[in-house]
Amino acid sequence: MSTAQHDAVVPTGTWQADTVHSKVSFEVPYAVATFSGEVPDFEATLADGKLTGAGRIASITVKDENLEAHLLSPEFFDAERHPEVTFATDAAEREGDTIAFRGELTIKGITRPVTLRGTIVGPTVDHFGKTRVGLQLGTTIDRTQFDMNWNMPLPNGEPALANEVTLKADLTLVGQES
Amino acid sequence: MHVLAISGSLRRGSHNTGLLRALQEEAPEGVEVTLWDGLRSIPPYDADDDGVPGPAPVEAFRRLVRESDAVVFATPEYNSSIPGALKNALDWGSRPLATNAFRNKPVAVVASSAGAFGAVWAAAELRKVLAAMGARVADVELAVGHAPEKFDENGRLVDDAVRDGLRDALEAVVAEASPHLAAA
Repeated sequence: MSTAQHDAVVPTGTWQADTVHSKVSFEVPYAVATFSGEVPDFEATLADGKLTGAGRIASITVKDENLEAHLLSPEFFDAERHPEVTFATDAAEREGDTIAFRGELTIKGITRPVTLRGTIVGPTVDHFGKTRVGLQLGTTIDRTQFDMNWNMPLPNGEPALANEVTLKADLTLVGQES
Repeated sequence: MHVLAISGSLRRGSHNTGLLRALQEEAPEGVEVTLWDGLRSIPPYDADDDGVPGPAPVEAFRRLVRESDAVVFATPEYNSSIPGALKNALDWGSRPLATNAFRNKPVAVVASSAGAFGAVWAAAELRKVLAAMGARVADVELAVGHAPEKFDENGRLVDDAVRDGLRDALEAVVAEASPHLAAA
């Protein structure tokens, strides 16, 4: 895709996440079901087609405080030493309503290339006169590449927790006045 | 830098306790290793007594862990696992799980046995338990086999290679306890 096309389809200017209407979450297969949680304390900015974001791991929310504590521990995120997960893109491609952001994801101090794929809605002017753009993005990572290796064998010998984790970012971004 | 040393053995002539006495001798300047002698005083874990505060010996144990910068364990192996008394103390120490005294605490595990394998399975088990509690488990593996041959008649460690291993273990856990110093 040429630069001219890129500029034409990916919103330019600066857009910041309205975190009330946005969600950053994860899902991972666990035993017979899917374990999920959120990182409610985060920020995300789309500036001239480059998406950056950071989530404070201490805010991680699952349905059990002991599980939250386990996720914060050195076996998982090691939030004491690595309080944030971050994402920064250097390229975006849009085709119609689909969009992909190529960039780097840093978890536990380890940076890996990832591509966030999903859909884009807008820009659209809301009922308060603000211009918004919606991004529903996701990617799958191998948690063991980020030094999160915990597992427990099930009686059938299979591991209880999958290595593949789906990360999701449902973002409402509000255009900033220049 | 205060390092708490916990032996999993109550035996008077314990080689694991002997390893920790040697650890005290090998501590560099600025590192004080305190050998915990309270294992016998910890009552059997009972959720009915698991209130705030807990039993006095348990609270003393938790306070000691909180006030320490790091903890080094030396464990024997009973039936392919760690001694019940040690596991019992950790079960108390792990409560409440989300905020327990071992959370993020740098820890290291060494082990010894009279047999050839040096309680290597107990050490692995102990590392697993500590990680589950949220401790910061240092990458240390020191399993001392044929332990009786490594000590003199007074119970003093006389094996230089094992002393080297203990120094390495202490260095590793101290580095975990002071990452800002290690990074400098």
